[in-house]
Amino acid sequence: MSSDLEELYQEVILDHNRRPRNFRTIEDGHKAEGYNPLCGDRITVYLRLNDGVIADASFQGAGCAISKASASLMTDIVKGKTLAEAEALFERFHRMITAPPETPPGDLGKLSVFAGVRRFPVRVKCATLAWHTFRAAVEASNDVVSTE
Amino acid sequence: MVDLLTVHAPSALDPTTIRADFPILRQRIHGRPLVYLDNAATTQKPQSVIDRLVQYYVEENANVHRGVHTLSERATEAYERARETVRRFLNAAASQEIVFVRGTTEGINLVSQTYGRANVGRGDEIVISTMEHHSNIVPWQILCEEKHARLRIIPITDSGELQLDEYERLLSDRTRLVSVVHVSNALGTINPVEEIVRIAHARHIPVLVDGAQAVAHMKVDVQALGCDFYAFSGHKMFGPMGIGGLYAKASLLETMPPYQAGGDMISSVTFERTLYNVLPHKFEAGTPNVAGAVALAGAIEYLTAIGVDRIAAHEHDLLAYGTEALSHVPGVRLTGTAAEKAGILSFVLDGVHPHDIGTILDREGVAIRTGHHCCQPLMHRLGVPATARASLALYNTRDDIDALAGALHKVREVFA
Repeated sequence: MSSDLEELYQEVILDHNRRPRNFRTIEDGHKAEGYNPLCGDRITVYLRLNDGVIADASFQGAGCAISKASASLMTDIVKGKTLAEAEALFERFHRMITAPPETPPGDLGKLSVFAGVRRFPVRVKCATLAWHTFRAAVEASNDVVSTE
Repeated sequence: MVDLLTVHAPSALDPTTIRADFPILRQRIHGRPLVYLDNAATTQKPQSVIDRLVQYYVEENANVHRGVHTLSERATEAYERARETVRRFLNAAASQEIVFVRGTTEGINLVSQTYGRANVGRGDEIVISTMEHHSNIVPWQILCEEKHARLRIIPITDSGELQLDEYERLLSDRTRLVSVVHVSNALGTINPVEEIVRIAHARHIPVLVDGAQAVAHMKVDVQALGCDFYAFSGHKMFGPMGIGGLYAKASLLETMPPYQAGGDMISSVTFERTLYNVLPHKFEAGTPNVAGAVALAGAIEYLTAIGVDRIAAHEHDLLAYGTEALSHVPGVRLTGTAAEKAGILSFVLDGVHPHDIGTILDREGVAIRTGHHCCQPLMHRLGVPATARASLALYNTRDDIDALAGALHKVREVFA
């Protein structure tokens, strides 16, 4: 396998694809549905907010390995963070997978496993679908958000 | 005595010689030879078509149907000769029945915006099928919304065949048009167009056929099919992008209002009254894609010289080989297993999303399409969000199929 592919399909990503964490609904919280028309991926992100802090986060849906793993890791990492911290994390995450490698995105913790997405520009939308949907859930809009 | 078998059996096509005609196929992708299996999206172009396009701009370019100067005459002649080439290719009765358009999508839109708007009213119905491309769904939805008409859908079987008995039941005295795909881009199913037309015509209902996936892969004779409209794209038959054709029976074209308005579609204009041009120019407002039309004729000459029947036989052989090869990849399930099929292998792989298959195959040099193939209602019917699709053309070989199968084994390793 080429090194690009090995970097994209890291063991952590494959593991989260196989066994997605927080793959459940949350009753009476915020929720939003996200849709990627390119590949038909559709996920719903659920949030419980407590005074601007993300008390719980989960998701449901179907998608490719990158979008599923991204949703799984995202719901893990945002728990306990303030909305401002989560938003800053999304910005760093987005920079990591879109900006040239010489501009360090800042600390991303476990999310750094997605650095390989940069070499696959058509897959950026897969990696960001969960985050866009997260944003929509915060705003509690009931509209379907789209990556287009 | 002449041995009829020898005379009529087409000699097998040699894809190695054919491949030499397509410069793009010499490329390497990620260090591997390009295996191009995305022909249902667009086909590659032979050198002769590329040369024809260039030659037009080098030697013939001028606006058509206007100038008295030599170049304009030359361009007009080349453009109208291209129309005659298309007519012969589809066996239309007259070249005035061929309207040049951008592609299948525009051909269908032309019919919905002219014939449709003039003939569909409140409470009327248009019949399409579950396996239509979005381009044969959305134009009718827009028309139905505008006219308060209703879209009726022919159901399909699990193997991806139209349910003809249901189709017949859907037709009523409110049906104004039937619009169906000849060959499904997502399943490969070849629909029984002659029978569909016969059933509709028994009730005096006209039929449009979306021929985008058919023309490069099988002999199409619009008079034998009996259809009233037939739309196709040049770029899916080795011609350039941005050119295609709409066949329409002259008797219908005569009654249809114009599509777009502008130059060339008129015979005289005063501020009080405009007289429209004769067929087919009435439907070709503005400067047409002359270079595209001329190069499309070049593609038709290329196809005809090889022989569409030989191409069909070659692709049929490859389809059988590919179906067998994919059956040996554990976890692969074909979607679309109709008895009559063109060279399309649409499949899903257990536990792996088609998008991930596409990415890994690309790194192996294998180009396929993944996604919903602009057929979301069909994907919904099949119960899958997306499929992976390998689609064949005359230059594909058994080696290409082996490369596909080999790359799928790699996908399984990654996702083991």
